[in-house]
Amino acid sequence: MRYSAWEILKQGLTGNAGWKPVWRDPAPKAEYDIVIIGGGGHGLSTAYYLAREHGLTNVAVLEKGYIGGGNVGRNTTIVRANYFLPGNSEFYSHSLKLWEGLEEELNYNVMHSQRGLINLFHSDGQRDAFARRGNAMINQGDDAILLDREGVRRHLPYLDFDNVRFPVYGGLLHPRGGTARHDAVAWGYARGADSRGVDLIQNCEVTGIDIEGGKVKGVRTTRGEIRAKKVGIVVAGRSGQVAAMAGMRLPIESHILQAFVTEGLKPVIDHVVSFGMGHFYISQSDKGGLVFGGDLDFYASYAQRGNLPMKEHVMEAAMTLMPVIGKAKVLRSWGGIMDMTPDGSPIIDKTPVEGLYIDCGWCYGGFKAVPGSGFSFAHLMATDRHHAPAARYRLDRFRTGHGLMDEEGTGSQHNLH
Amino acid sequence: MRLPCPLCGDRDIREFTYKGGAEYLDRPAPEADDAAWDAYLHLRENPAGATRDLWYHGGGCGAWLVVERDTVTHAVTGARLAADMAEGGA
Ligand SMILES: Cc1cc2nc3c(=O)[nH]c(=O)nc-3n(C[C@H](O)[C@H](O)[C@H](O)COP(=O)(O)OP(=O)(O)OC[C@H]3O[C@@H](n4cnc5c(N)ncnc54)[C@H](O)[C@@H]3O)c2cc1C
Ligand SMILES: [Zn+2]
Repeated sequence: MRYSAWEILKQGLTGNAGWKPVWRDPAPKAEYDIVIIGGGGHGLSTAYYLAREHGLTNVAVLEKGYIGGGNVGRNTTIVRANYFLPGNSEFYSHSLKLWEGLEEELNYNVMHSQRGLINLFHSDGQRDAFARRGNAMINQGDDAILLDREGVRRHLPYLDFDNVRFPVYGGLLHPRGGTARHDAVAWGYARGADSRGVDLIQNCEVTGIDIEGGKVKGVRTTRGEIRAKKVGIVVAGRSGQVAAMAGMRLPIESHILQAFVTEGLKPVIDHVVSFGMGHFYISQSDKGGLVFGGDLDFYASYAQRGNLPMKEHVMEAAMTLMPVIGKAKVLRSWGGIMDMTPDGSPIIDKTPVEGLYIDCGWCYGGFKAVPGSGFSFAHLMATDRHHAPAARYRLDRFRTGHGLMDEEGTGSQHNLH
Repeated sequence: MRLPCPLCGDRDIREFTYKGGAEYLDRPAPEADDAAWDAYLHLRENPAGATRDLWYHGGGCGAWLVVERDTVTHAVTGARLAADMAEGGA
């Protein structure tokens, strides 16, 4: 069914009895051309672009839980293209362009809202760093505007500009940055893939990967064996465990990242805003909740919930920057499992096993990458050639030392990102 | 989360800095090849469940600890001084 204003009117007048489930619930077949492990944002977009860009539809997505139950449904929904280093710059630029056409392409409302993103700075040194980043963004063909203090005040009058320790010096505005509805992105890609013939198989955990003579033959699952010519691993925080089924160890450590949401409020925060002197960023959802987060807890974890120190840090940073939100009540906090690489940048590559590919290492920034990653990973799996915007996301870069992408400039080491 | 420092007793996690898996104690020989160093520095077991990892008690005694804990439940079951475990000690 094609969604349109006319369809809503028609369904509304006929008792809304005509809406159908949006994707099928097929039983797994014995064999596919391509099996994608993981039905998160990246697995679903990969399947969609395999079908749409490469005409490959004998494809299954195997998801151990339900579609959208992983990080794709747990993130703070920020979509931006403000990266600095070659490799990341062109990749996220491409991904943002895909976002901009996504709703029309999928015929699905993902509530992509380019409300503008402002990264604040609080010192002369930070201003220089953001000016440089802004120039890199403009060189990449994206948009960036350096705001001085008064420029920031016009957008964000509610900040504590004269905070004694961390006065606001200005901000880097990325007008095309913003947010999207995270679940809707998963659902939109799921619907698009299903309608092109891809089998989305839920409650199907992959428990083994069959390899013969260095070549992948298929997977073992809780719903039986499935043979496949090619297999893609796209399981975010679980990457290490699934790769271990193929005898691989990855340059990945899984960490916890927390987020928070308040009760619904009248509109107050129009943009995405990030603090430059502590770990805090915020936006307001269309339901009115303030959605905010900070940094990793900084220890390996699969718990999907965090500890108190980072909660306190985030709340303190929030109160330092915008005391105006101090009376809002926090409704929920939660955590997701982040697949952290040593340099904080992702991996889209072949593995040493023929026919086995991997897309992982998205750290805390993979939601904005959902369209770009799916597009580039589908290209790699279909053609065996790297897609240009993702060509630097190599699995062996840590071993060779060539092409490390350490955006934060803190060093390519596990506990630093 | 609290960590049981053998020298200081049960202490708040805020006093510690996390380093990574206890494999960091098994340093390759200086002349080992790049594969060995890559494995040591970058490749991870990354277990979901029981793990042993290194924490530095900077806000306390300044010792390096090997902490036994569970990455799924966050339960902490023990801690020993890394100094007692280096040089092939178990
Ligand atoms: C609190 C938080 C805030 C974040 N904020 C942002 C943000 O603002 N902007 C941004 O760009 N990014 C953000 N991220 C990061 C982003 O959410 C992730 O990088 C991205 O969602 C990961 O890719 P995915 O959607 O494919 O992962 P997931 O949705 O986690 O998909 C992986 C899937 O694989 C499945 N799986 C695992 N093992 C198996 C198996 N053995 N067999 C079958 N299936 C399996 C899982 O069940 C899961 O559904 C945030 C993350 C968190 C946790
Ligand atoms: Zn101590």
